[in-house]
Amino acid sequence: MTAALAAASEDLLALADAVAARDPAPGRAIAALRRDGRTAFEASGLPHTGLEEWRYTGLSPLTALDLRLSEDDAQIDRALLERVATPVFACGLAVFANGRPRNALWGVPAGDVELASLREADPGSLACGVDPKLHPLAALNGAMTEDGVLVRIPDGAQLEHPVHLVFVSSSPGTSSVSCPRVVIEAGAGCRAVVIQDHVCVGGGPAHFTNAVTEVAVGENADLAFALVQREGEADIHASNLAVRQERDSRFASHVVTLGGRLVRNDLTVVLAGPGAECVLNGLYVGTGERLVDNHTLVDHAVPHGTSHELYKGVLSDASRGVFRGRVVVRPDAQKTDATQQNPNLLLSDGTEIDTKPQLEIHADDVKCSHGSAIGRIDEDALFYLRTRGIGQRDARALLTRGFAAEILGALPGEALAEALTADFIARLSGGTGA
Amino acid sequence: MGDALLELRNLHARAGEAQILNGIDLVVRPGEVHAIMGPNGSGKSTLACVLAGRPGYTVTDGSVRFEGRDLLELEAEQRAREGIFLAFQYPVEIPGVTNNYFLKASVNAVREHRGLETLDAIDFLALAKEKMEIVEMPGDLMGRSVNEGFSGGEKKRNEVLQMLLLEPKLAILDETDSGLDIDALRVVANGVNALRDENRSMLVITHYQRLLDYIVPDQVHVLSEGRIQRSGGKELAHELEEKGYGWIEEGASA
Repeated sequence: MTAALAAASEDLLALADAVAARDPAPGRAIAALRRDGRTAFEASGLPHTGLEEWRYTGLSPLTALDLRLSEDDAQIDRALLERVATPVFACGLAVFANGRPRNALWGVPAGDVELASLREADPGSLACGVDPKLHPLAALNGAMTEDGVLVRIPDGAQLEHPVHLVFVSSSPGTSSVSCPRVVIEAGAGCRAVVIQDHVCVGGGPAHFTNAVTEVAVGENADLAFALVQREGEADIHASNLAVRQERDSRFASHVVTLGGRLVRNDLTVVLAGPGAECVLNGLYVGTGERLVDNHTLVDHAVPHGTSHELYKGVLSDASRGVFRGRVVVRPDAQKTDATQQNPNLLLSDGTEIDTKPQLEIHADDVKCSHGSAIGRIDEDALFYLRTRGIGQRDARALLTRGFAAEILGALPGEALAEALTADFIARLSGGTGA
Repeated sequence: MGDALLELRNLHARAGEAQILNGIDLVVRPGEVHAIMGPNGSGKSTLACVLAGRPGYTVTDGSVRFEGRDLLELEAEQRAREGIFLAFQYPVEIPGVTNNYFLKASVNAVREHRGLETLDAIDFLALAKEKMEIVEMPGDLMGRSVNEGFSGGEKKRNEVLQMLLLEPKLAILDETDSGLDIDALRVVANGVNALRDENRSMLVITHYQRLLDYIVPDQVHVLSEGRIQRSGGKELAHELEEKGYGWIEEGASA
């Protein structure tokens, strides 16, 4: 570990202790989370590029920050929310400012969905999905957890509207860190859409969001989940999403990364019951000197599981993308059907993509395929559009949008797809988008 | 006979490194339909690419004037906005962009340039529907990605639909007939003929005489080895049909 990483790790531990000092009685579950997280993070510290999982992703943009604990003093009202987190789904809305709930802005869902802060809900135990010993940043999240949100969808519930979790970050004056935690329990046979939406307000110095989301998808449940990262160009974002699927359940994730100077997403899906099916979609956009890293792991633990993963990258300027997708098919997991694709569109010469799709198959009666691709704007298509009067710049934007459409078009809800498409185009054409 | 709409003088051009056009002279006046015929490799498609402004094609000598202006100094999109339309021999597939979105963007780019109001989604759809009937195009093709999964005939119809929407002053049809059965050919030709009037000109590039039974040209030019070897009326096309291109090529090398 470099001296900078060691020093930053010490500073973060001190911040974790400061959390404990200013909030000594968070409830049983969070207290346990903090204790385990602190122990694990103290042992590991921040990850370094000598680790295989972190080979291409150095944390120097993070260690360069002088981080403080965040305060929740940002001015946020409904109008602001409508602007930065459009479209706002008011029927089931939870809003957090720098990791802490802003109850005045919450919208209680119709029907019997439970939407509560973790402290209020006090679910007894947390951290069923992410092992802090394997994930240093998730350990840090645990050590610093102040609050989070529990989304509990009862058995058989068919939700008409999405549940919208908005995390607003702001760092007025000085860089700060927040560690939100999300727990989603989708009951047997339910159907729901949950959107975890990270936005920022006020510009200002970089904010470090370090989120952990744990999802349990019950038998025969159908859950669509979108993780939207539309923060500022200087912000740092780490997310760890752990999903466990029971028998015959269907889960789709849509991880859309539009902002952030440094973004690292870990996604683990365990197909724990036979007949479970998951679709993992991802879109990441790089501009400037940004780095977006997606590490995914699909664990086919039992037979008759299906997983279809498609992560698309659009990189311009001197940005970098990292994709590592592992699919593990365990010895018992016969009749597994797994695909994994990582196409990348490079818009400039200075970009870099490190992509590594990886199949580990220990069963013999399976159907698996994977691949990655790197391409540029199709010159024939560009010329075709220009002969129809569409200018060079607009034609490139149109083709780029076409490349991303497969992911953006599959998002739950047309309004969300439209808003993120507009943001996507704005970011690539140099607008802030946020 | 008015002023020339398009005037080529001693046009020499390269495709990449290969010298393909070796001195073409051609004058197209408003309302005229000229057919360019010739064997494979004679330079027909290169001529279309040079006129449309395709990157990678270099004019090495001679000039092209469109409405009296130097065409070669304009970018491809500027040429399109000024009224030049190229129907592609192989229309390009654009995944993820719906035909409807693409056509509306195209029509509005051209309308804006001509000082016309841009069309909103509803007005555009009404216009598109009217033109789609002419080329007997099924409505569901508008919601699909541009040319993706279209049959050969559907792609060519889509080209003619774009031409009908953009109403160019000069339409260049690059082997629009190739790969079409007779029914599709008739539909495509109907679309082209619907646009014919005393001001609009066309350059119909084809390998086969068959198309010219449906789109009757005012003049026929035979291209070989990058030069126009013969020009004549529509009967020249029939003569070629009987005697084959060997007849012209012998003349060229003699």
